[in-house]
Amino acid sequence: MHRYRFVLQRPLQLIPVLFGISLITFVLVRSIPGDPARLILGTRATPQALAAVRAQFGLDEPLWTQYLYFLRNLFQGEMGRSILYKVDVLGLVAARIEPTLVLVFGAVLLSLLIAVPLAALSARRQGTLVDSSVRFFSTAGLGLPNFWLAIMLIILFSVALGWFPVSGYGRTLTDKLHHMVLPWLTVALSLSAVLTRSLRASLIAEMRSDVALAARARGIPEGAIFRRHVLPNSILPTLNLLAVNIGWLIGGTVVVEQVFAIPGMGQLLVRAIFSRDYMVVQGVAMVFAIATVLVNFLADILTVTVDPRVKL
Amino acid sequence: MSVAVPSPAAAIAAPRGKRSRRIAGLPAPLVAGLGLLALFLLLALSADLIAPYDPIFQDAAARLAPPSFAHPFGTDNFGRDILSRAIFAVRIDLQLAILGVVFPFAIGTVVGTIAGYFGGLVDTVFMRIVDVVLAFPFLVLMLAIITILGPGLQSFFIAMALVGWVSYARLVRAQILVLKTSDFAVAARSLGFSHPRIMFRHLLPNALTASIVFAMSDCVLVLLSGAAISYLGLGVQPPAAEWGIMVAEGQGFIARAWWISAFPGLAIVALAFAFSLVADGLGELLGQRT
Repeated sequence: MHRYRFVLQRPLQLIPVLFGISLITFVLVRSIPGDPARLILGTRATPQALAAVRAQFGLDEPLWTQYLYFLRNLFQGEMGRSILYKVDVLGLVAARIEPTLVLVFGAVLLSLLIAVPLAALSARRQGTLVDSSVRFFSTAGLGLPNFWLAIMLIILFSVALGWFPVSGYGRTLTDKLHHMVLPWLTVALSLSAVLTRSLRASLIAEMRSDVALAARARGIPEGAIFRRHVLPNSILPTLNLLAVNIGWLIGGTVVVEQVFAIPGMGQLLVRAIFSRDYMVVQGVAMVFAIATVLVNFLADILTVTVDPRVKL
Repeated sequence: MSVAVPSPAAAIAAPRGKRSRRIAGLPAPLVAGLGLLALFLLLALSADLIAPYDPIFQDAAARLAPPSFAHPFGTDNFGRDILSRAIFAVRIDLQLAILGVVFPFAIGTVVGTIAGYFGGLVDTVFMRIVDVVLAFPFLVLMLAIITILGPGLQSFFIAMALVGWVSYARLVRAQILVLKTSDFAVAARSLGFSHPRIMFRHLLPNALTASIVFAMSDCVLVLLSGAAISYLGLGVQPPAAEWGIMVAEGQGFIARAWWISAFPGLAIVALAFAFSLVADGLGELLGQRT
């Protein structure tokens, strides 16, 4: 089972990346102009009080010692306190994870539902009008600004037709799903453009493969070859592409949550930026970065599990 | 073996199945894309002549006017002409997309060349940095840096340069690694040429093709990110006419005046489409699959 050895080894390789992530966020937060102690106590604090706070948070120590403190706190699940909300960052982030996860998973699912049939249709009818229009729309789709698409969908489906709420998240399950339809559609339309292009290319490559040729020689109908050989072989590259795009997808949800006022991590991040709530910016950025690394790790595991040819 | 993620622009520039039609010996997408880009450039250069109104002139009598002959794209809540604003915005958005790519391209190319050429510790250090930067979601890291620098176009370009170089560094390094063992590189070394001369006069010109194609598809991403950051209020600042800001300004009037947001967004789509076409066509012409 040495193919799976990397499942144990890869996490070890992730350690330097995770350290790097912590280092970058630390450097970012320390680059902020202004005195953190003054930020906590306000402008009218006495010099003694400021010194006390600096000593309490280790701000009077050398920078590398401060980084070690920062790391120690991270290991204890301590990401600092939000200046705006007056609560621990970790709890704040935890409360915001659900809407973001719902948004990402729903959008990925929907984009696959759009991209797979379109790419299949386009690849099967290469060079026809159908193919050209799919290629045209998937190329144009790459340039869709998600914030604009969101507003256009709101104008059409919420304002004109009244089918879906303009913004918000809702309380009950059905209410939440109802609120998420337009956000899902927004993210899925842009994402499916990327997926369709890539999936179409890998489908066409698979249709020319030896496997397909051999099947054709055995007299298997083209439709069956496509379903049994071509499509399954093209799924893996597409899933990998999804993993590669997770960072881009997270960026998209940050913007889309803002447009639809969805109380997720993206909205938390943008609000924290405007209120200069640095600890929250740092916490959210780290959680997003760690999520990106983990998703790619999972994609690697999936690849090895599904495809016997791949060894990592 | 690297842990981190290739850039999304690499994914966007998906390989194509078949050669497309040719116009004057060039791939049709390239010609169409360059034509569209030339049109945008013309709009940017002659905005004063073409735009029917002053982009910041407020006509109190024509607030929220729907599209008409006088105002083909309508007016906003201050009575400003959307068409004129959209035309003047070409200047900022074109600059955003191009300069936002030029800085990362320059930095990434130099870093990638040095890392690939010298290898060893230099290479390891730079590539670990690349891995870590790529582990962050692009927009999140951009926003975090802009938080520190303060909102504005200048901050956007600095953040772009700090974050964007990694993809180019990785791309160029991979090319240099292959090229530096080739005969002409060995010949140059045996002639006693200096390292900088071999790197930048012999190796780099041969390694650039892939990054140039990549840069064109990167323009799409940078344009969208720049517009999104401006939409969020952290990029270009009002009252400047920029498409992302214009979309944001229209959001408060979606029930009464759809045109305020609609047209600037279409402009973004059109410019992004032009860059995508050029990237596709150039990739086909140069035989590159970024």
